[in-house]
Formats: sequence, C-alpha cells, structure tokens
Amino acid sequence: MAASDDVSAGAGPNLASAHLEAVFRAERGRILATLIAILRDFELAEEALQEACATALSAWVRDGVPTNPRAWLVQAAKRRAIDRIRRDLSLARKLQALPELEGAQSIESQLESDDPLADDRLRLLFTCCHPALAPEAQIALALHTLCGLTTEEIARAFLVATPTLAQRLVRAKRKIRAARIPYRVPDGAELKARLEGVLRTIYLVFNEGYSATAGERLLRVDLCQEAIRLARLLVALLPGRSEAIGLLALGLLTDARRDARVDERGELVRLAEQDRGTWDRAQVLEGLGMAEEAFRLAAEPGPFALQAAIAACHARAARAQDTDWSAIVGLYDRLVAREPTPVVRLNRAVAVAEASGAARALPLVDALVAEGGLERYHLLHAARGELLARLGRSEEAVRALETAVSLAATGPERRFLTSRIEALAAGRRF
Amino acid sequence: MKYALLIYSDETIWEKMTEGERGEVLGRYMALSEDLKRRGQYVLGEPLDATPTASTVRVREGRTLVTDGPFAETKEQLGGFYVVDVPDLDAALAIAGRIPSASVGSIEVRPIPAYGG
Repeated sequence: MAASDDVSAGAGPNLASAHLEAVFRAERGRILATLIAILRDFELAEEALQEACATALSAWVRDGVPTNPRAWLVQAAKRRAIDRIRRDLSLARKLQALPELEGAQSIESQLESDDPLADDRLRLLFTCCHPALAPEAQIALALHTLCGLTTEEIARAFLVATPTLAQRLVRAKRKIRAARIPYRVPDGAELKARLEGVLRTIYLVFNEGYSATAGERLLRVDLCQEAIRLARLLVALLPGRSEAIGLLALGLLTDARRDARVDERGELVRLAEQDRGTWDRAQVLEGLGMAEEAFRLAAEPGPFALQAAIAACHARAARAQDTDWSAIVGLYDRLVAREPTPVVRLNRAVAVAEASGAARALPLVDALVAEGGLERYHLLHAARGELLARLGRSEEAVRALETAVSLAATGPERRFLTSRIEALAAGRRF
Repeated sequence: MKYALLIYSDETIWEKMTEGERGEVLGRYMALSEDLKRRGQYVLGEPLDATPTASTVRVREGRTLVTDGPFAETKEQLGGFYVVDVPDLDAALAIAGRIPSASVGSIEVRPIPAYGG
C-alpha cells in the first residue's frame, strides 16, 4: 500500500487495534470472498487473511491506519498467499490443477490485476449453498465465511459439539476444492433453481434462530440477525428477485416482534397477547415495504412472498382484533396451492379458526392428525387443544395439550402449554 | 477435471423391458455419448453386464479368495459408467442429469483426482 494512502503516521496502538477490529467485523466476509474468488481455496484464503491481520496491527501502528483498510488487507493477504504458494510446492502443484492458475507467475499476475473493490460475496453465497453440500454444511459455511461467526459460535447456536462442527466445515471446504464446486453465480434457468436453495438455507438459519429446536431460550436473536444480514446481502447483490425480497421481508417482520414474544420472565407471549407497542417500528415499516415489493414483482407470488404478505397482515393490525383473518386465509390458500405441506395446512387451519370459528377449523386439524406425519410436531397438538377448548370439549383439550407438552422442545413452550392446561383444569375460559 | 459418473439402477427394470424398449434406451445412450464426444467431454463410457455375472476377489494373508456376485447386495446396482472431462462439478452434474437411467436410478458423481499432476 502506498504511503500516500495513510491518513496519519504513527497511529496509537489502541486506535489501530480498534480500526482493525471494526474493519474485520464489517468487511471480513467481503475480503474473504475476494480472496476465495482469486485463490479458489477456502483454507488458503482464510489462512492468508489471518496472517494479514496479524501483520496489520503493527503496520498500522507504525505507518498509520490506511485510508482504505479493506484494500490494504486484501493486498496484504494476497502477498501472504503468493508467499505461501512459492514456499509450499505441493500447494502450488495442487493449484496447478486449475487451468487459470498455472504456475506461481500467473497466479501472481492474476492476484495483482484483481480489483480489490469488486464484491465477490454473491458468488461465495452460491458456492456455500451449493446443493452438492449437505444442508447443515451449507448453513455452517455461510455463517462462517460470510457472517464471520466462529466455529464455537455456530456450534453453540446449533447445539452441536465444536469438533463436530469444525469437521463439518473442513469436509465441506475439502469437497469444494476436490470436486471443484464452481465459484460462480449460475445463470439462466439454473439460477432460479439454485436461488431457491440459497433462500432455503437462509430461511433455515432464521428459523433456527426464531424457534430454537431445543434448549431453554426461545429466541436466538443472533441467528435471526445473521439470516437477515444474509438476505439483505442477497437482495442488494441480486436485486429484483421477488422471493429474495419476500424472504427479507418475512425475516424483518417476524424479527420485529422479538421483544414482544417473550415477557420479562422469559416466558412465551402469543401473537394475540403481544404488546404491539414494543414491536420494532422501523423494522416493521421496512418489512411492509419489502413485502409489497415482493408481491408486486411476481406475476405469481412464491412461498416467501406469500409468507411475507401474511406477516404483513399481522403487522398492519394495530390491535390483535383488527387482524384481517379472511385475507390471511386467502393467502394461505395460495400458499397451500404452492406448497401443500402439513405444516402450511396446519397454519391455514389456525387462520380458518380465527376467520370462521373453531368448529370450521377442527376437522382440518383432525384430518392432519389422521394422516400422520406430524404426530411428533407439538404445535399440531397445541392447536388441536386450543380448538377443542374453544368448543368446550375440555377433557379432550387437556389430553391434546398434554401431548403437546411432551413434544415441545424448549422450556418456555412447555411452561406456556402447562399454564394452558392448568387454566383449563381450573375451569377458566380461554 | 475428470469425473466418473457411476450409473446405479435396479437391473430388474432392464430385464423386464421388451426388445423395443431396450433399443430405445440404448439409442438415447448412444446419442448422449455422441454429443459428449462432439463437445470434447467424453473420455470413456461402458455398460456393465448384470450382477449375476460378477465375481469378487479379495486377498487375505496372501491367499486370493474369489466369490460369486458383486461385493455388496444393494437395491440399485452399478450398471455402467462414464468418465467425462469438464471444467467443474456443475458441468458434470448437468451431464449426469442427461443420462437416461437418471430418471429411474441414481448417478453418483465422483471427481477423479489428478495425483502428481
């Protein structure tokens, strides 16, 4: 980096380290994406970046913080990578398998000619979410490379042992290199199918954050925010895609309710009873705009655009009783037509109960029970218990809710359901 | 980069086919092979005779043991393979999807590492 790029010579160690930390947090994904684009090797790129960061601190203290710290880090990491390739002949041989990187000389010229300002994160996202990688590996890889989450953080979020998660990451990176999973955004007809996979992966990250499958905490806000970050990135880099915008809208609108969803004791608060004043107003507004845009962009809205529109119906209601349930049932009808999964049909049945009464909804839920397939899903039994309670069939309601308690994964959900059973046993009305 | 496309399917499907149906499938295989050759992606491609013709060899403590049949009994059997030379996995997966047996069986795509290359 040229000396003229430096804003101040001899920055204090605290200033330099604060700058480095801030740049690293904000730009790591982008820097890494650029390095992987050039090197086609996740591990080499990560190691080179790590080495560059180690040298950055002393260089920045000595010479001042550069005006473009990201470009500085990309350049420094490139130099490290060139050094490593020169030093490590076996690595050079490995890289020679790539026709575009034959010999250290051409690697060097390629590294030097690369535009450090280019944004390669979209390619990285598509590579991380390649269908040839296992879904859990896709999630871990995206969180690790693009969001900069550590192995420990991801392992904790998904309740797996750190070595297991680390091995998953290593295997995925090796497969990308060995099987030569391409580093590109697919085009034409392929893009549509692959984009669905990318959206599904982001949705899984969000879902794991929003309704944790186990543990004491109901919410894992960090994962929700990482998912929103990934969706935002996707929308920014690949604009005009209805489903991507729909996913972002769904995430924003759902996450806006996070503070209202648990009370001060950490217990679950249902949508109908939430204090809507605590919803994140700015996020709701942004989400509503996105949900409308997603709908407008598609001739036939897809699953995420439809789910965003449903979330928007809830967000627009100032009070729970203002909710336009018949509009929601209409949206669920379209969603069921697209994705007739049992979970979608269960959600539709719940909306039917609100729009047309429990008597109309119970047969829909009973049909799902009879079909099987969802018998381990606590919300099926919880919904059935609620409907039976509303119809005055308390004994059956208690039995259904007890089944739900036995299947619920998190402490708050179990305690919520137990309190419903107690209320029912005490003869209180629902 | 070379990839092996290993074609697995239930060989009884083939046995139950009429002559006409077999001819139709073989025609589609021939057309695929010709297309791959035209594009310079074809390295090798062969069908395998059915598993009742297979023999398995193991050498244990210096002794060669020969047994009848494939090394493992499975629902779908290895029935043939292609070796293709393409730039990346996506290109190999696209070819795998065009193999006639992909619609009834499964195609396993394995990279062939270039050791010492």
